[in-house]
Amino acid sequence: MSGYLGVIIYLGFIVAFAVVSLAVARLLRPHRPFAAKLETYECGARPIGEAWVQFPVGFYLVALVFIVFDALAVFLFPWVLALRGLGVWGVAAMLLFLSIIALGWLYAYRERILEWQ
Amino acid sequence: MFDSTFDAVVPLLCVILAALAAMGAEAFRARGERMPIGGLGIVGLAGAGVSSVLLWNRNAASFGVILADNFGLFVTLVLVVVGVLTIMFSSQVVRRDALPAGEYYALVLFAIAGMIMMATANDLLVIFLALEILSVAVYVLTGIRRDDQRATEAAFKYFLLGAFSSAFFLYGIAFTYGVAGSTRLDRVGAYLAAQSMSDSPLILMALALLLVGFAFKISAVPFHMWTPDAYEGAPAIVTGFMSTGVKAAAFAAFARVFLSAFEPFSADWAPIVWIIAALTMILGTVVGVAQSNLKRMLAYSSIAHGGYLLVGLVAANEVGKAAILFYLLAYAVTNLAAFGVIALLGSRDRGNDELRDYAGLWHTRPALAALMTVCLLSLGGLPPTVGFIGKWYIFSAAVSAGYYGLAIIGVLTSVVSVFFYLRVVVMMYMAEREVAAAMPPRVTGVSMAALAFAIFVIVYLGVMPTQVLDLASASIATIF
Repeated sequence: MSGYLGVIIYLGFIVAFAVVSLAVARLLRPHRPFAAKLETYECGARPIGEAWVQFPVGFYLVALVFIVFDALAVFLFPWVLALRGLGVWGVAAMLLFLSIIALGWLYAYRERILEWQ
Repeated sequence: MFDSTFDAVVPLLCVILAALAAMGAEAFRARGERMPIGGLGIVGLAGAGVSSVLLWNRNAASFGVILADNFGLFVTLVLVVVGVLTIMFSSQVVRRDALPAGEYYALVLFAIAGMIMMATANDLLVIFLALEILSVAVYVLTGIRRDDQRATEAAFKYFLLGAFSSAFFLYGIAFTYGVAGSTRLDRVGAYLAAQSMSDSPLILMALALLLVGFAFKISAVPFHMWTPDAYEGAPAIVTGFMSTGVKAAAFAAFARVFLSAFEPFSADWAPIVWIIAALTMILGTVVGVAQSNLKRMLAYSSIAHGGYLLVGLVAANEVGKAAILFYLLAYAVTNLAAFGVIALLGSRDRGNDELRDYAGLWHTRPALAALMTVCLLSLGGLPPTVGFIGKWYIFSAAVSAGYYGLAIIGVLTSVVSVFFYLRVVVMMYMAEREVAAAMPPRVTGVSMAALAFAIFVIVYLGVMPTQVLDLASASIATIF
């Protein structure tokens, strides 16, 4: 059971950290609210409404396709840097990876997710 | 086959290629053209099955992280059977509900690829990757009937809780890496074996977090909350698929991680798993008695069956380990066939999955009623079915390992569970059919063949289990 003591102390620190830091901030900071200060912060522009509205589902589909290409870029940059050492095998592996992603993109294109009515 | 670094991933590649082909076929399909995409999937799965048989006893390893040992291959073969049966049952459902065939089969195949990967993975990160591959596919399959509100709700709940549990699992991997300096199971195991005397809190944290992650996926109490809702909302055949395939894959990885890498710490995790197993068996059975919806009832029954599998894991002796594998096969075939019958009886507008929908089924569809009876008896663990043999070995393993309490709880909950399985049987044979009820739909030859095969396995393994049992104990003896 002695092994769990460290875990319990660790848990105590986690809770104490949150409580102490919030409490200290509360004691130290000035508290002078006014209407403009309590408004939602939107880069200086006037807020035009709630953020919890329904988005057209098309946004999500485009975002998903974008994420795939984002992840692709994450793989491509280190691949380029290491390419000299990898040789033909490295090129072939990346081509395989690219072709699988291309198939996915082709699928998305054929399912017409990029066409907006 | 050729000896190369790719050997161990051949079964995996077969399924992935079939899935990619299904996707491509869907993308280039002319509007209204019908393609045998399900058949494509069966070809891929057959390839996976054949290559698994050829890889038997060879302990092939790919890249050090995929290990096609006999344990993994046994589970792979179970998953291939699950996949083939699912596709055979689905053909009728896909047409009836006008589901997008290419997407449906591609998702099923990707899910199976993830499951096979999970069963053969030898690295915690690869297990996580496989878990995500199969989970994402199954989330989408749960909500594949987009116009159905309950299915959407089920998919969303499953997704949120599943993502949450993945975070636990990942955190556990992080702690394991922090302690052992590797995510490879063999290296983690070697490190932990050297440390087995120390009671490092970090190791216990890793152990606890991994346990929570796995318990979510096999829906063990108290991490079962998502199960009834997700199982009830999903299309019946998808429920059958995820209650067998996902559970088999997750259990294989669970057993591999806890019986190999974390085996030196079994004194720490065995008591916790003991409690989880007992709670899972009791809650699954007791709450299952109160259900009037057949899908929900079988959801709770599948929770209880997860508890029986955990008993084998706690017992962890020779018999127990072999019994886990045998029980996985028995449970997978039986449960999938039961959900298959439910799926075949549904119609597009109505699931027909309430208990009273089964009143008088014997008079309208005698064959289906008889087959369903065999499945339910096997789930209840009555001889001469495979469910009886599976439970017999699980409980005898528990007794020989000295866990009398678990064995007693297991037997008692089995007896109670027979009550609610038999209630369906009584309903089918003795109750009068409601006059207003619609005639159940016709069943196609493919689905009937799948059912017949499942029933054959249930009865054959119930009468002559020794071959498969020997296979199971041989395949588990080589690694743990």
